[in-house]
Amino acid sequence: MISTQLVVVGAGPGGYAAAFLAADLGLTTALVDPNPNPGGVCVYVGCIPSKALLHVANLISESRHAKGWGVDFGEPKVDLAKLREFKNNVVKRLTSGTGQLVKLRKVQYLQGLAEIVDAHTLRVRLVAGGREAGGVQDIQFEHAILATGSVPAIPPMLQVDDPRVMDSTAALDLPDIPKSLLVVGGGYIGLELGSVYAALGSAVTVVEMTPGLLPGADRDLVDVLAKRVAQTMKSVLLNTKVTQMEPESKGIRVTFESEPHVDNAPKEHVFDRVLVAVGRRPNSKIPGLEKTQVQVDQRGFIMVDEQRRTHEPSIFAIGDVVGEPMLAHKASHEGRVAVEVMAGENVAFAPRAIPAVVFTDPELAWAGLTEAQAAKDNRKVTIAKFPWGASGRAITLDRTDGLTKLVLDPDTERLLGVGLVGPGAGELIAEGVLAIEMGATATDLKLTIHPHPTLTETLMESAEVFFGQATHVYRPKRT
Amino acid sequence: MPTDFTLPELGENIAAGDVLRVLVKPGDTLAKDQPVLELETDKATIEVPSSVAGKVKEIKVKAGDKVKVGQAILSVDDGAAEGASTQAEGAPTQAPAKEEPATAANTAAKVPADEPGLEQHVEGNTRDTAADKSGVKPQTNQNAEPDEDRDRAALPAKNERSERGEGDGADHVRAAGASGVNNDRGAGAPGVNKVVDISRGARASAEPAVPEAPEEPPAPAAPSVRRMARELGVDINAVPGSGPGGRISIEDVKAYAKRLVGAARSAAPGSHVPLPDFSRWGEIERQPMRAVRRKTAEHLSAAWATVPHVTQFDDADITALDELRKKYVNEVEAAGGNLTVTAIAVKVIAAALRRYPQFNASIDMDAGEIIYKKYVNIGIAVDTDRGLLVPVIRNADQKNIVQLSVELAHLSEKARNRKISLEEMQGGCFSISNLGGIGGTYFTPIVNAPEVAILGISRASMRPKFDNGDFVPRFMLPLSLSYDHRVIDGADGIRFLRWVAEALEQPFLLALHG
Repeated sequence: MISTQLVVVGAGPGGYAAAFLAADLGLTTALVDPNPNPGGVCVYVGCIPSKALLHVANLISESRHAKGWGVDFGEPKVDLAKLREFKNNVVKRLTSGTGQLVKLRKVQYLQGLAEIVDAHTLRVRLVAGGREAGGVQDIQFEHAILATGSVPAIPPMLQVDDPRVMDSTAALDLPDIPKSLLVVGGGYIGLELGSVYAALGSAVTVVEMTPGLLPGADRDLVDVLAKRVAQTMKSVLLNTKVTQMEPESKGIRVTFESEPHVDNAPKEHVFDRVLVAVGRRPNSKIPGLEKTQVQVDQRGFIMVDEQRRTHEPSIFAIGDVVGEPMLAHKASHEGRVAVEVMAGENVAFAPRAIPAVVFTDPELAWAGLTEAQAAKDNRKVTIAKFPWGASGRAITLDRTDGLTKLVLDPDTERLLGVGLVGPGAGELIAEGVLAIEMGATATDLKLTIHPHPTLTETLMESAEVFFGQATHVYRPKRT
Repeated sequence: MPTDFTLPELGENIAAGDVLRVLVKPGDTLAKDQPVLELETDKATIEVPSSVAGKVKEIKVKAGDKVKVGQAILSVDDGAAEGASTQAEGAPTQAPAKEEPATAANTAAKVPADEPGLEQHVEGNTRDTAADKSGVKPQTNQNAEPDEDRDRAALPAKNERSERGEGDGADHVRAAGASGVNNDRGAGAPGVNKVVDISRGARASAEPAVPEAPEEPPAPAAPSVRRMARELGVDINAVPGSGPGGRISIEDVKAYAKRLVGAARSAAPGSHVPLPDFSRWGEIERQPMRAVRRKTAEHLSAAWATVPHVTQFDDADITALDELRKKYVNEVEAAGGNLTVTAIAVKVIAAALRRYPQFNASIDMDAGEIIYKKYVNIGIAVDTDRGLLVPVIRNADQKNIVQLSVELAHLSEKARNRKISLEEMQGGCFSISNLGGIGGTYFTPIVNAPEVAILGISRASMRPKFDNGDFVPRFMLPLSLSYDHRVIDGADGIRFLRWVAEALEQPFLLALHG
């Protein structure tokens, strides 16, 4: 029996951030995860490996783009084994780094699966080499943080026992480059992985049930991405559902069902491979959870207050398992808040903006209030947009397919939300997040000197647009 | 078409109440102005008359529910039911079946009895003391509510900080934290400002994940400023920002906290001291405080914390008065009253207030003014099974003792039968509490703020008095006068009490001076 002040269940970006801070604050801390090192879905089979592959995909598409500038690299030859190794090395470097930090911080790391015995006891079934090693370790804890994350959600009709039907984890393994790939789900996971395969040479079809890609993002931003996707992918089927998938020798036969108004809706088609990326569900089925007062809502999220406490006084929960948005950076922040609360600080999880980034090409990013949400809430806002066609930097990149937009409070000029689409949008959004968190106004953005020539200027010039005075945009005076 | 009847505005200061009884049932034919609910508000029990007529279709509240103004009470079928009589007859069999799930759903959706937002609402509307503004309130129920926990949590959290030498202005910090600064906007916003003190092992707040999009735009303050405000126990949404677009700076938060401390210092009772787990020493039972008890607790805590009390004791020789009283007791009884010491004391106090106007006053600290009242309304503390109620006799100076006796008997009866209205308990200038019926010698009554003085009367007894070289038996009445030392000096206190005692000894004084 180990006795510890804090045990963190799940070593994803939320869990390990919490454990590390706890250790820094002097709490004895244990961290439990089935993987050999901290990292979780994000580092092992999510954000990180997908970004390594997307980097390569962008390079391929840029090399093709270069033809137009008089530089021809020829068709790329892809060594899939080597690409896989690059991606695996990226993961290995990061996870061995986090493993190192565990040791330096003297966090007790237990590779295994946790089971709750009671509100102060955890049982860990130890895992080694990817399987249960038979050993069991009990942990007595003062506080626990549940950071068990989420898993891909696969609806029953899409559950096909065939390796050619993949979830995101399988797709990241790059088993081969299929001639044809169907991506079920037009959300960020489907679009990101779909564009990797498209860049590597697959004919990718995306099928999405709703009327648009990336539900939740503002349409004017998505439209810019959709135009590009229409070129890089074979087709995008909106308002369309997959009703059946039949494995056959030559591929997976997929039956579609479209809304009546969809033109040229395919009835069925055979694909070499299918990637199911329709969403993720919280991983709240923790054995023994019912022995505590922890409550789970109808959607499977563990219920917490703004300090990330569950209904069980000794147990906190953070990250994907407590609610949307299921994002690593949200989880890390929550993890740190929970630990600070434990340390007696009167703090709460109260962000003004949680940035969302889609690492497609072009990237799409937003933070704070979206235009769509403002309309839904009937909140009066002013939108200021700066199209990248007017950005010197975008023109030098030959990538004017971008848009920067600010959602502002018309009375106070305060920045409530930022939306971006274009190459590098994921990096640009950080300034917007800071501005929103700081309560910055359009005047603040306008008066902050931005470096030239960079894409960051588009944020400053959007603010100028708000006042009708953008240097590079002419707007006739409204009377 | 079913029409909903919602809880109407019942009075200026009533925002909610507890349902004591529902006076109609589904299927009843309801007439306009017919009472449908018996509602217990802070002090009065009110019968709520219907503003709609028709056949009652569904009752949406039940006894014990807390209902707010505007909340649906019941629905009636109007017109349609009368038109088609066959259908109307069929309705009762159908209605109960339909009504069951609806009622259940309603009960489930009902706010918890001690839901903080509601409490806040009730408080903010019913009293206007500084204590209200600072959100001071007693523990209401077994489950430590997040809001209340915050009051407690703010303190230790900040203390730790200042021990580490990080916090400057730790003083305001403490006081602001202790007073549990709160405001209307903050109380309404979901999920804002709820802290639970983990180091004390307080109960977790049962609260679902907060939706990301708040109703109002969030306060324009940087994360560091928001965090500081929270540590100070200040609701960031209440802090006026001095920057562009109303942006809130660290300085704004500090200034706001300082102001609150100023206000709270005069109002706030001590911080909530966490309770030990009593069940460790034996069996316990927890019961929710009823509205009257809660209100009394709040009101007296605020009065005790605000008013610098002095209590002065004296005795009145009522030997002669008591003989007179006995002589006229039947006459008064015939008039429908009881000629009690209390009734006579009302008359005496009414005269005393005319003579000593500083006892018929209130203090407005904010304005730096004393408010003198030109009318004389006297509150009488009545012990009821619901708790302490204080009905008020209006214009007591213009009534004779017989009239006062009758009115007092009438009001006491109403208070005990829960028939007293809120208006009948408002507007008092001075209170009298007579515990003599039970016993005791002297006590120290708490001034019923914003009044400035209260007279306590205990049991009269025969005592030896040294008179002309001899001990003679005299019937002595113990008097205890508590007053607000901010407006009444000690010399005035004893002058007033002496006059009261002499007037009781010498009823002629009433005619002479009163």
